[in-house]
Amino acid sequence: MAVKGTDIVKKLPESGKKNCKECGFPTCFAFAMKLASGGATLDKCPYLAPNVKEELEDALAPAIKLVTIGPDGNALQVGNEEVIYRHEKTYFHPTGVALLISDKEDDAKVDQKIAKIKDLQFDVVGLTLKADLLALQYESGDKAKFEALVKKVCQNWDGGLVIISDDLDVLFSARDICADRKPLLYPITKDNIEKAIPRIKERPTPLGVRASSVEELVPLTTRLKEEKLDELVLDPGSSNLMEVIRDQTFIRRSAIKQSFRPLGYPTIGFPCYIAKDGLKEVLTAAAMVIKYTSIVVLSDFEEYTLRPLLTLRLNIYTDPRMPLSVEEKLYEVGEPDKNAPVLITTNWALTYFIVSAEVESSKVPSFLLVKDAEGLGVLTAWAAGKFTGDSIAPFVKRSGVEDKTNTRTLVIPGKVARIKGELEDALPGWEIVVGPREASEIPGFLPGFAAKLKS
Amino acid sequence: MDYKAPVESYSGSVREVTIGQGSKAVKIGGESKLAYNFFDEGSIPNPPRFALEVRDTEPDNWAPWVLEPYKDVVSDPVKWAQKCVEYGAEMVCLRLASTDPVGKDASPKEAAEAVKKVADAVSVPLIVYGSGDDKKDAEVLPEVAATCSGQNLLLGPALKENYEVIAKAAQEHGHTVIAQTPLDINLMKELNIKLSKTFPPERVVIDPLSSGLGYGMEYSFTIMERTKHTGVMFKDAMTQMPIIADLAEECWKTKEAKASKEQGILWESMTALSLLLAGANIVVLRHPETLGLVREILKQE
Repeated sequence: MAVKGTDIVKKLPESGKKNCKECGFPTCFAFAMKLASGGATLDKCPYLAPNVKEELEDALAPAIKLVTIGPDGNALQVGNEEVIYRHEKTYFHPTGVALLISDKEDDAKVDQKIAKIKDLQFDVVGLTLKADLLALQYESGDKAKFEALVKKVCQNWDGGLVIISDDLDVLFSARDICADRKPLLYPITKDNIEKAIPRIKERPTPLGVRASSVEELVPLTTRLKEEKLDELVLDPGSSNLMEVIRDQTFIRRSAIKQSFRPLGYPTIGFPCYIAKDGLKEVLTAAAMVIKYTSIVVLSDFEEYTLRPLLTLRLNIYTDPRMPLSVEEKLYEVGEPDKNAPVLITTNWALTYFIVSAEVESSKVPSFLLVKDAEGLGVLTAWAAGKFTGDSIAPFVKRSGVEDKTNTRTLVIPGKVARIKGELEDALPGWEIVVGPREASEIPGFLPGFAAKLKS
Repeated sequence: MDYKAPVESYSGSVREVTIGQGSKAVKIGGESKLAYNFFDEGSIPNPPRFALEVRDTEPDNWAPWVLEPYKDVVSDPVKWAQKCVEYGAEMVCLRLASTDPVGKDASPKEAAEAVKKVADAVSVPLIVYGSGDDKKDAEVLPEVAATCSGQNLLLGPALKENYEVIAKAAQEHGHTVIAQTPLDINLMKELNIKLSKTFPPERVVIDPLSSGLGYGMEYSFTIMERTKHTGVMFKDAMTQMPIIADLAEECWKTKEAKASKEQGILWESMTALSLLLAGANIVVLRHPETLGLVREILKQE
């Protein structure tokens, strides 16, 4: 719930009646309205008392603080979300995926995990999916051993870190090794907070705050905020998935709907502590991605667990207002000649990538017309009236395909077989052929079809 | 500022729909809050139900690891369905692949007799999906309805092209209908409005289409979430039907699911988990291990 301009104006000099214009706006009221919509900043007003300025800054801050973890250029940003459900707008900062390394694990295992986070990357629809953070956990009881682990990881990995230690002395000595990377220090609790505060202030970095319930987080974040420490990530201590759903939902609702500042921070979840085996652990992480968690820590992952998790994250964090789409135009797959087949589909990125991959694997050089359907798949585009005879015909004409090939046979997706007649009417001189319903059937269809075209 | 747990309450609820007859009857829907929001006010009288899929013809193109659990029974839909019940399915979903006009094009009568055998042989309610060809389904599904009269099958898909004849047969013979529309909440409401003119809305289950993980799953997720919102939060009567997420085929046809057993099971499990969190009341799965995993992970202690 954003603060209103009408509330801001009352806080401005002389209750908003000074109207000195020094901010560049004609009245205090106009300035206040701009502040509320994010179009102006408070420093434009030279007459604000420091306490009022602070109060307004707080009121104008995003409902959920943006927190940056990791070195410049390779940092993870989490938080700054504006909605509860993705269809209300979109989610902005995808859940960070962290891989846990304990200092009890042997060298070979540590090397393997460092290699894993670097190597396991997946290219999907023009994007690269990968995990984001390494989480280093102090368990051995041997401070030197943990410090050695932190150093080793810093030498071999240039991304962000989470440092996990219940021993404050170890926590801060590890921080001192890698403070320039802005690691997330975890956990700050009600038992260590007062001892921790002076040490944190030596070299402030983001903090993971842990309590045994959502409610118990409130005094901790309030206390840290008093010390101007507000790069915080919340752990409400949920011990199973149902508690995760409850706690994460309560934190998100409090921040967004009630503008409750003490909970206006991103969150962290630990599938590695909640779930018992690999598949359940990654499914727990998946549920956390859906249910508002900003960072998930996994005890380990393999290609077959990480790929589905990162794909899910991509799906959930795709902007529903702007489906991933490709440019409307005539694409050439291979080097099509004057008699090559011509196929048409819609411009949803996924549709385009699947169809062009299948055309490619059928080894028949072809022309692929990709029609702008506002990023919808074939059937949905048809249902929405964006992939119909009347709209396809002018596109075929202006695409220039008629200059590139003598072929006058157009293959349409089997799912829209029903547009064959209307398209023939709208596109005189062309024969319309109904192709396969599924892209996966293209390699079975295309070679025979191309041979027929040539004869 | 004091913290007060932001518990919410809702004004609407999802219709409770019964599938199956007598001792086989199972209720779905009926919830007066959003899925898994056990901490809010309202109730969720019926948990989501897990169905496993059976085909009336031997599947081709299935990855070996999803064929494996059924390898001795794939040529016999009755035994296959019984196997699903052994694996813990609360419903069986029989897909009439044989009737596809582009395939074997089996006659309505043949298909209906096969359905009857399966329906009589299992102890759980039966979901029946036609081939999806609107003209053929308009012949097949009424025949199935008549042959299995009184068994209260969940029959579909009823599309805007053929809902009248399917609904009429379901009405006459006491079945429940799946109303299917392609990923669009307005088309969904339109079909439900047309259907409810002659057919009781408390015997309708909606299928907004389920896409697989990585292949448009977010569309299905959001349509389901929005359907529950408009129904439960805003009391829109035409979105208050329970939802079926028919996701198995969409997951298992992907190259990711065909790459390895573990990845295939996770592909199906993550899709199912997502759609259940979005509010699906029935999920149709293929691999028994998916069923075990997803049920376990969403268990409410």
